[in-house]
Amino acid sequence: MSSVTADVGIIGGGLTGCATAYHLARRGARVVLLERGFVGAQSSGVNFGNLRLQGRYLRQLPLALRAQRLWEELEAEIGESVEFSQTGHVLAAVTPAHVAEIETHAVDCKPYGLDVEILDRRETLRRWPFLGEIVIGSSWSPRDATVNSRLVCPALARAARRHGADIREQVSVTAVEQAAGGAFRVVTDQGFVLDCGHLVNAAGAWAAPLAAQFGEEVPAFAAGPVQMVTEPLPRFLDPVIHAVDGGILFRQTARGNVLIAGHPRVPVDAESRRTRVPPQKATINMARLAKIAPFLRTQNIIRMWTGIEGYLPDMLPVFGPSRTTPGLLHAFAFCGHGLQIGPAVGAVLAELILDGGTQTPIGDFAIDRFRTPMAADKAKLKHEFDMEILDRKMPN
Amino acid sequence: MTRIVVVGAGPAGVAAATLLVERGADVTLIEERAQPGGQVWRAPAPGLALDMDRLLRGDSEGFRRFHAGFAVLRPRIDWRPETLVWNVHGGTVQIVAGGAQQALPYDALLLATGATDRIAPIPGWTLPGVFALGGAQAVLKDQGCLIGREVVFCGSSPLLFLAAVQYARFGAAVTVLDTTPLGAKISAVPGLAASAPRQLAKGIGLMAALRRQGRPMHLGVTLLGFEGSGGVTGVRWRDARGVERVTACDAVAYGHGLRPESQLAEIAGASLRFDRLRRFHAPEADALGRCGNGLYVAGDGAAIGGAEAAEVSGRLAAMALLADRGESVEFGALPERLARLRRFQDGLARAFAWPHAQVAALADGVTVCRCEQITAGEVRAVLAPQLGAAEVNRMKAATRCGMGRCQGRYCGHAAAEITAAALGRADAPLDRLRAQPPVKPLPIASALVEDDWP
Amino acid sequence: MAAAPSDPPRQRLLRVAACTGPEVALVVDGQAVTAREGESVLSAVLGVVDHLRLHEVSGELRAGFCLMGACQDCWVWFADAPRGRACTTPVREGMQVFTRPPPGLLP
Repeated sequence: MSSVTADVGIIGGGLTGCATAYHLARRGARVVLLERGFVGAQSSGVNFGNLRLQGRYLRQLPLALRAQRLWEELEAEIGESVEFSQTGHVLAAVTPAHVAEIETHAVDCKPYGLDVEILDRRETLRRWPFLGEIVIGSSWSPRDATVNSRLVCPALARAARRHGADIREQVSVTAVEQAAGGAFRVVTDQGFVLDCGHLVNAAGAWAAPLAAQFGEEVPAFAAGPVQMVTEPLPRFLDPVIHAVDGGILFRQTARGNVLIAGHPRVPVDAESRRTRVPPQKATINMARLAKIAPFLRTQNIIRMWTGIEGYLPDMLPVFGPSRTTPGLLHAFAFCGHGLQIGPAVGAVLAELILDGGTQTPIGDFAIDRFRTPMAADKAKLKHEFDMEILDRKMPN
Repeated sequence: MTRIVVVGAGPAGVAAATLLVERGADVTLIEERAQPGGQVWRAPAPGLALDMDRLLRGDSEGFRRFHAGFAVLRPRIDWRPETLVWNVHGGTVQIVAGGAQQALPYDALLLATGATDRIAPIPGWTLPGVFALGGAQAVLKDQGCLIGREVVFCGSSPLLFLAAVQYARFGAAVTVLDTTPLGAKISAVPGLAASAPRQLAKGIGLMAALRRQGRPMHLGVTLLGFEGSGGVTGVRWRDARGVERVTACDAVAYGHGLRPESQLAEIAGASLRFDRLRRFHAPEADALGRCGNGLYVAGDGAAIGGAEAAEVSGRLAAMALLADRGESVEFGALPERLARLRRFQDGLARAFAWPHAQVAALADGVTVCRCEQITAGEVRAVLAPQLGAAEVNRMKAATRCGMGRCQGRYCGHAAAEITAAALGRADAPLDRLRAQPPVKPLPIASALVEDDWP
Repeated sequence: MAAAPSDPPRQRLLRVAACTGPEVALVVDGQAVTAREGESVLSAVLGVVDHLRLHEVSGELRAGFCLMGACQDCWVWFADAPRGRACTTPVREGMQVFTRPPPGLLP
């Protein structure tokens, strides 16, 4: 068995792993990334492509705004297109409660440096006249953007490699051992071991067992956001339209297709890595689309899919150093909000490893918040997840 | 009571439904078109005065027998014409009929979804006036229309000669350009003669008829492209001696044999196996059509075999289904008959070959995916064994090739050849684009659900 | 033998068997067209013009391809009905067919 040595080993070639490899390699670290399949082939590559700032967990905004600056420069920096399009984001209110929610959020996000504009019904319909009567107001965030998520990870991985990162696809990790002195030995199914001083656990929906091996149990569970796409239409929409409660969201791609998603997320089989969209769920999203944008009733859905994403009951990720094991860092279970912050997650992990700390606040995402058992607020989550997931995955 | 859903009312589906009904089963037969018949026994639209004897000659007896049989069957089944099965999930088929979605639960599912033309992309194949070979026949059979006056039948398929003869019967000026050399056909003859001498004689008869009528017919040609702007006006080709020629025309019927419509079977849980001779994937089933878990396949959607094999395989799959439900059945000589008919098809696959090397070497500028307008060069540009697309589904993610309305039916085979060749894996089993629902475009207006959102 | 290309025809399909059903009046891109019951939208439209649509990305003319409901290349617009295939949709009295996005599509 041959041995490969690196400063940092990364397990998982999703966005977190690729962005971390990129930032570390740019700063001169020797990095080896191991991906079981192909980079960006799981949820990092099949998501809606939303780089959404407004409506986020407020204390994640410093990270999110840092990420948006990185996204704004990414294509020029890596010399590849990821179809970055800074065309804004509309949170569409369809109930009076939604209106109150966006008005509060508009005030709350301002101190963090995010400016959004509250539009009344008339102004909302003037700007987006195809919206249905159910829309009664909106919040407009011009700095929000979209990317083609299918292109992001391969592009970042290639950029990382140009900076010297060693990125290996189709390598499964069979064991992780810790030697005396703290170094990690990662055993693979491809006839080599990786010896590294730091190890990043970025294995997405499959990361929790590795954390548990180091005495850090987290109540992570897998679910799939349903996505579908229409046939191409003439250009009619630039920003993302996103119902405040996430019940439906859609955008028009550069080719003209309308990409559609919406809660609740559905059960997936993370073991087999096969995902199926329940037809009833697809049908509900189609009906909601026809409510919020009635003229789209004449269009057809041509594809539907879902991915396997990791979630935690408080809908925040695990992101930061291990509390049990020096040299180990966790970054997983981004709860469906990982794409936008991805580049900043990579930059922060590089700082934690190379500088021993970061200026960006991430304390809320520490893994040890689960030391005391956390009861899931099922009432709050029932809009976000199919009840089957909540009943099966979350003890009361 | 046990509900058996049969999808597809061609010879396989109708034969299966007939046998199941005779054994007392409760059968729902779903067909996307208004009328039964599949492609082979496709019936004229209501009110179309098409002389089927003139069109089908010796085959008109089979046509009549099929439709007479269906007339007897129809009142005994739950007949669902003009119904699309867009998905199979959790023991239900998901249908759209009359503009509305519905779920039909089943206890056993028998898929007889047939086949469509396999197409090798070539310069000009998206021009108006260029049609798939099977389509040229279909529009004559159910609409009474020819695709043009001067029609070039080209590619390589036993249907080339049949369709050309049928078009000639209705006054078209036909030319046949077959890309498989005569030598390959001659060496297939002993196998064909041993398995189905009658069908072989019929095929040779078609070629002889064209020859007798003085219709231009060339074997072993290389097709260089379809020409014209705004519509096809000619076919550029090189004859077996290497001389380049152009045949003027106002329409082209083009195809390289048939490929199974296997999407529903895949979505319903069937594994797919790579057929090395034909270089495509087909549902993995036993000799009777069992895929496991209450799923059965028959007809060309299971294995390309033609009308007679479809009928036999439909009956066999129905018997296997009954046997699996504990009923006693006698398979008799049917399995051997099906095996012989499929051996004949193996011979045909050699006599009318898929030009895989030519497809793999397609010039960069040629459109591969006609839905998304993606070229061979765009496919090759993203392929790389490391950190590029290393198989065809990753290629699709990077290029959109295969993401359009047809879901890769017409580009998938070529995309797999180009991908394999570029990655140096042409000799290994090809990758394939995975099937995804909806199997065909699904109208948003068909979603008539009660949903309390918001 | 190299033949000189001729002009593309104004119509694509050539009827060789009569439709005997009742007449059906439809409108194709604003032009009145008379078809017969039993005809598909594809044969009605390609009986009078030489294409069905423009490709969304390239702008190429397209006139259908597989003619059996599989390739989705004969896609047209209808007034008050989902966009769909011309080859598998029968003509209906009063049907309005568009080979381009219809005027008034967007509110």
